[in-house]
Amino acid sequence: MQDIILLNELRKVQDKEGYVSEKSARKINKKTGIPLSRIYAAATFYAKIHTEPQGKYVIEVCNSPSCYLNGSLNLIKYLVRKLKIKSGQTTKDKKFSLHISSCIGCCDEAPAMLLNDKPYTKLTKEKIDEILKKCK
Amino acid sequence: MTKVKVDNKEFEFDPNKNLLINLKENGFNIPHLCYQEGLHPEARCRLCVVEIDKKLITSCSHYPKEGMEIKTKTKKVKRARKVNAELLMPEHMDKCFRENKHHDLCNIISDLGLKKVRFNPKKKYKVDLGAAVIRDDNLCINCGRCVQVCSDIQATYAIDFAGRAHHEHVTPYYEKDLPEMYCTKCGQCIAACPVGAISEREHLKEVLKVLKDKNKHVIVQTAPSIRASLGEEFGMPPGTLVTGKMVAALRKCGFDKVFDTNLGADMTIMEEASEFLERAKKGGPFPMITTCCPAWIKFMEHFHHELIKGKNMSSCKSPHEMLGNLIKNYYAPNNKIKKKDIIVVSIMPCTAKKFESTRPELASDVNYVLTNREAALLIKHFNIDFVNLPDENFDPALGISTGAGAVFGATGGVMEAALRTAYELGTGKQLTKIEFDQIRGMESIKEGSMIVNGIEIKFAVANGLSNAEKLLKIKDRYHFIEIMACPGGCINGGGQPLPYSKNKVQARMNAIYEEDARLPLRKSHENPVVQKIYKDCLGKPLSKKAHKCLHTHYYKRKL
Ligand code: SF4
Ligand code: SF4
Ligand code: FES
Ligand code: FES
Repeated sequence: MQDIILLNELRKVQDKEGYVSEKSARKINKKTGIPLSRIYAAATFYAKIHTEPQGKYVIEVCNSPSCYLNGSLNLIKYLVRKLKIKSGQTTKDKKFSLHISSCIGCCDEAPAMLLNDKPYTKLTKEKIDEILKKCK
Repeated sequence: MTKVKVDNKEFEFDPNKNLLINLKENGFNIPHLCYQEGLHPEARCRLCVVEIDKKLITSCSHYPKEGMEIKTKTKKVKRARKVNAELLMPEHMDKCFRENKHHDLCNIISDLGLKKVRFNPKKKYKVDLGAAVIRDDNLCINCGRCVQVCSDIQATYAIDFAGRAHHEHVTPYYEKDLPEMYCTKCGQCIAACPVGAISEREHLKEVLKVLKDKNKHVIVQTAPSIRASLGEEFGMPPGTLVTGKMVAALRKCGFDKVFDTNLGADMTIMEEASEFLERAKKGGPFPMITTCCPAWIKFMEHFHHELIKGKNMSSCKSPHEMLGNLIKNYYAPNNKIKKKDIIVVSIMPCTAKKFESTRPELASDVNYVLTNREAALLIKHFNIDFVNLPDENFDPALGISTGAGAVFGATGGVMEAALRTAYELGTGKQLTKIEFDQIRGMESIKEGSMIVNGIEIKFAVANGLSNAEKLLKIKDRYHFIEIMACPGGCINGGGQPLPYSKNKVQARMNAIYEEDARLPLRKSHENPVVQKIYKDCLGKPLSKKAHKCLHTHYYKRKL
């Protein structure tokens, strides 16, 4: 029961603020009595919940089997070079955050990624260039 | 009982215990790391595998079933154990170059005949340095024992696993360091860790330096429980009382005086029992709660500061802080030594005492705290043949103590000592039986009652902070409460010899009560040195001067 309450709280904060700050974690602790270390543990366990402020555009590249077999690793390497950040990091100008994710349900059109939760599929390097260009 | 076959031989297993315990009790040597008796199995390390029906299962998380056929020595089992150990090795062996006999993992690795590290360690973490407890995540193998101890046994939840899969690591919330957060410094995680990834902040170097300094008068004091466990570090059986050898060895290390914290404990009792009688006269506030345990104090300051406002906490300092103060403000002037030239070193079963000694309001009355383990290292450093030392006595100036001081080392001891004195001071009559059996032993919460001047006094004792939480929920039923953070009391403190075992703690407890029984004086108020200190210096218990020297105050601390 405590777990469900905690997940709900974490999702609420994540949706509203884009990440779960220490301050928000303290609020959850006050409200529910769940220990701070447990809140942090749960927040860091789930890929969709962040504990650091995120960029304006959050990119999540799928690296599960279907996408992997279709070259997702090359795309990730390409993005790492292009944005000059590692997976899990945010660019200095706070524009992009990059994450590697598990399957996002677009296996039939692999490789795929989410950009602010919107799916983009059948990706190539060129297609990624185009998508990122549109991000202002 | 359940009939099973192990390696084709028949055995009767206890169905209420997991396979691992059953196998161990029947003489099988099964390597295991993440499971510890008293904790629930998380089956993380995968070392305890056995084969059943051609399948590998972890014996710590399965229970015996009628007719089970267990195999412990097949090729498959041996191979799995080796590979699983190898997967744990890189994390640890990268940093632990010595084969440390205190590290369960090192022992298992050598039992399995593994030498080379085949895989690369993947993580590099900063080392979390604190005044009391240090965590070096680079040695950690993610077994989870510390996390369970800190949450289930200590109800503190200072650390937990963060991240997932190969990012998983143990950490306080938001990657904080232990010193900046609500860790109580109890050190129970140190005792739980099978690889030495958590340890005390050592103060050996500092102590060796002052021992060399000719201008310093270096005084050592030893806690009640040290004499019941120090021998273990020198290969003596658990529960051997080594009071005389301990004193002799410390003198050989070069300490100018060897004093006894048990005397500080007697002083604590004089003040605490008087404080209790005063409250009894005034009708409260009740319950009064003991303050000898610094981990409990820090826990209270974070999570239960309502007890400060409610004046439930006794204001007495802990015994070694009382003695430290007396050394600097009574012993020093009496012996014409400048206060600044005196260094007080306390040998304690405890890591929280290291933190306590840095509290500003205690004004460095105690300069350094060494754990029992560090004391053993110190004695080994001077190549002293501990086991064959002839017994010596404490320096009498502050070295005479009673059985009441001795029992401080075990859960229930402070209460028992306080009751002995409170009764006799309160009624002017002698107790017919001075042993309070209701509050002896390892149970988590114990209670009892006693009639003083026609009034029934109800008292209770909790050990382990999760049990303290339970007791605090019903605290209003009692007049007097003792809380010790470590399960079993100081005899199982975070600074005691490793590795932990329940039997060892029980043996130490027996030794403590044996010490009490053999002493000629067993009540604090009968201690001639205590009487002299009050006569020469403090006046009477709770006097203004006594308050200045022996009492303290607490803060509300943030989470
Ligand atoms: S010292 Fe005690 S409170 Fe601190 S992390 Fe270890 S078990 Fe938890
Ligand atoms: S610090 Fe020690 S007890 Fe805690 S998870 Fe790591 S290896 Fe296990
Ligand atoms: S594997 Fe990439 S979307 Fe399913
Ligand atoms: S002891 Fe059973 S898996 Fe670790």
